[in-house]
Amino acid sequence: MAYDKFIVLKSSAVPMPIENVDTDQIIPARFLKATERKGFGDNLFRDWRYNPDNTPKKDFVLNNDTYSGKILVGGKNFGSGSSREHAAWAVYDYGFRCVISSFFADIFRNNCLNVGVLPVQVSAGFLDSIYTEIEKDPNTQIEVNLPEEKVTILSTGESEKFDINGYKKENMLNGFDDIDYLSSMKSEIEQFAATLPF
Amino acid sequence: MSKTLFDKVWDSHVVRSLEDGPDVLFIDRHLVHEVTSPVAFQGIKQRNATVLFPARTFATADHNTPTINQHLPVEDPLSANQLKALEENANSYGISHWGLGHEKNGIVHVVGPEYGITQPGATIVCGDSHTSTHGAFGAIAFGIGTSEVEMVLATQCIMQPKAKKMRINIKGELSFGVTPKDVALYIISRLTTSGATGYFVEYAGEVFEKMSMEGRMTVCNLSIEMGARGGMIAPDEKTFEYIKGREFTPKGAAWDKAMEYWKTLKTDDDAVFDKEFNFDAADIEPMITYGTNPGMGIGISKNIPNAADISGGASTYQKSLGYMDFHEGEEMIGKPVDYVFIGSCTNGRIEDFRAFASIVKGRKKADHVTAWLVPGSHKVESAIKEEGILQILEDAGFELREPGCSACLAMNDDKVPAGKYAVSTSNRNFEGRQGPGSRTLLASPYSAAAAAVTGKVTDPRDFLKNNN
Ligand code: SF4
Repeated sequence: MAYDKFIVLKSSAVPMPIENVDTDQIIPARFLKATERKGFGDNLFRDWRYNPDNTPKKDFVLNNDTYSGKILVGGKNFGSGSSREHAAWAVYDYGFRCVISSFFADIFRNNCLNVGVLPVQVSAGFLDSIYTEIEKDPNTQIEVNLPEEKVTILSTGESEKFDINGYKKENMLNGFDDIDYLSSMKSEIEQFAATLPF
Repeated sequence: MSKTLFDKVWDSHVVRSLEDGPDVLFIDRHLVHEVTSPVAFQGIKQRNATVLFPARTFATADHNTPTINQHLPVEDPLSANQLKALEENANSYGISHWGLGHEKNGIVHVVGPEYGITQPGATIVCGDSHTSTHGAFGAIAFGIGTSEVEMVLATQCIMQPKAKKMRINIKGELSFGVTPKDVALYIISRLTTSGATGYFVEYAGEVFEKMSMEGRMTVCNLSIEMGARGGMIAPDEKTFEYIKGREFTPKGAAWDKAMEYWKTLKTDDDAVFDKEFNFDAADIEPMITYGTNPGMGIGISKNIPNAADISGGASTYQKSLGYMDFHEGEEMIGKPVDYVFIGSCTNGRIEDFRAFASIVKGRKKADHVTAWLVPGSHKVESAIKEEGILQILEDAGFELREPGCSACLAMNDDKVPAGKYAVSTSNRNFEGRQGPGSRTLLASPYSAAAAAVTGKVTDPRDFLKNNN
């Protein structure tokens, strides 16, 4: 499924300083039976966000109007657990385009890159700075610059570089998923096929 | 540079290699079934894409098809819907479709080889993990997820990093009564269910050289149960003999040309593997599982191991035995059996039915045992009839069902009830795999037959001796 291009994102951020947020929390298993990708944003962090009677839990950050934005700032080891792609869908469908953390679980990071969410891994110190600035001013703007592979806290000017694999970066910049990428090399594939013995 | 069999086939299919990214791998044959394909086809539609090479794609219905009264409309609305979707999708994209009732219908991994779709040196994928079966012909074959099914439909390629390489060598001669299924269960019990994670396995050595093609399929089929991406065996005269003349194999001059290439498909003498295991055939006896993963297998004459003797996972070990209602140190022989299932892409081919029949011949099914005998395809079903096996089975009180996956994953009505024990020739003994609460003992067709006539876990060698 195609997603919007990611070049430079400037936004306020939602702080979630919790370590080891696992995919079962991001999207509980009971929401995996869907045969279509629909409604996953509503169920992002479902059990942290809502009481069993579906009333919102007041103290959860996504229910707090003070914080908003397209960037989620999570604690260390974000996205551990199962390989379900649905977790990344939920993050994207809710409206986040970027997750910042000091460490990501491997499969979750990959799934994010496939669905259009940019995982930005920063140092623990830089992560703390972000939290501090947001605490001071919930409207703190953060700039995530993909071409330069750089994240900046605009109010202080503090910035840090981040890593991304070249192939995935190209895809994000173009709003491509793997199928789009492969489709773009269709004639190469057809020529290749013609040389095969089968 | 020296190459392994896996290197040779993989490297010759790389369209493009991405720097610090995956390889773009061309897929020769794509097998499709009703359960993992609807969402993929929906994706193709939404993208306004098309199927790039429909002639390289083959669809068959197997996972949720009934195994009786296939001529009647399918009762379960969900299954009926998926079957209809497969037919419509195949028709609208020009894909050959062997649906329910079609003479070529059967389990996807059984019909592929039967019609020569499976060939040495090919890359083959399917949205089912036991696609590894096709590796028996020297093909690279592995299961994929639904988003990858969409990828292959749209572009005939897949993006994958190359797996690490493992070789498993077994030397010597298999003992009397030991089948390829036992060999596979033995290997998994030694490596555990995650022992080959991240690897592609090549099976080598005398045991596999002497094994029939169907036996090799059984072994490669189970590669996935030790975590491997897939398993393969170098093609040889037996392989060529098996595929020659089948519908989709090359003919005439094209055959000669293919043969030239196929003969190069073996691991170079000095090629290096990331990991190697060596086993001795003499150590393998008929195997049976006692727990809830395929790695929990032992020789049928042995007792259930003590938790202390198992490396790691003591708490899950107890949970597993609790589910089975078995205890440490107990004997497997003599345990009561309620159901027997012979079938699946692991052991649903003609040799498996011959083996089963050789034991039940002249005997009677135990009264309290419910037996499901499910051929892997219509072709297998016909052979059972033509070879006179059906008569033997019926004389012994069994009936033959119609082809499909059946109780392998219990998506249709063939479900083992909660708490009941089934000796099954399929591939997974996970909790609830054969029906909610079902208890599965994986074993060979010989052991399934022995259990079917005695109604309890029985060493099949007792019967085989009597037959001599
Ligand atoms: S028989 Fe079982 S393992 Fe084989 S294709 Fe069917 S469901 Fe999958």
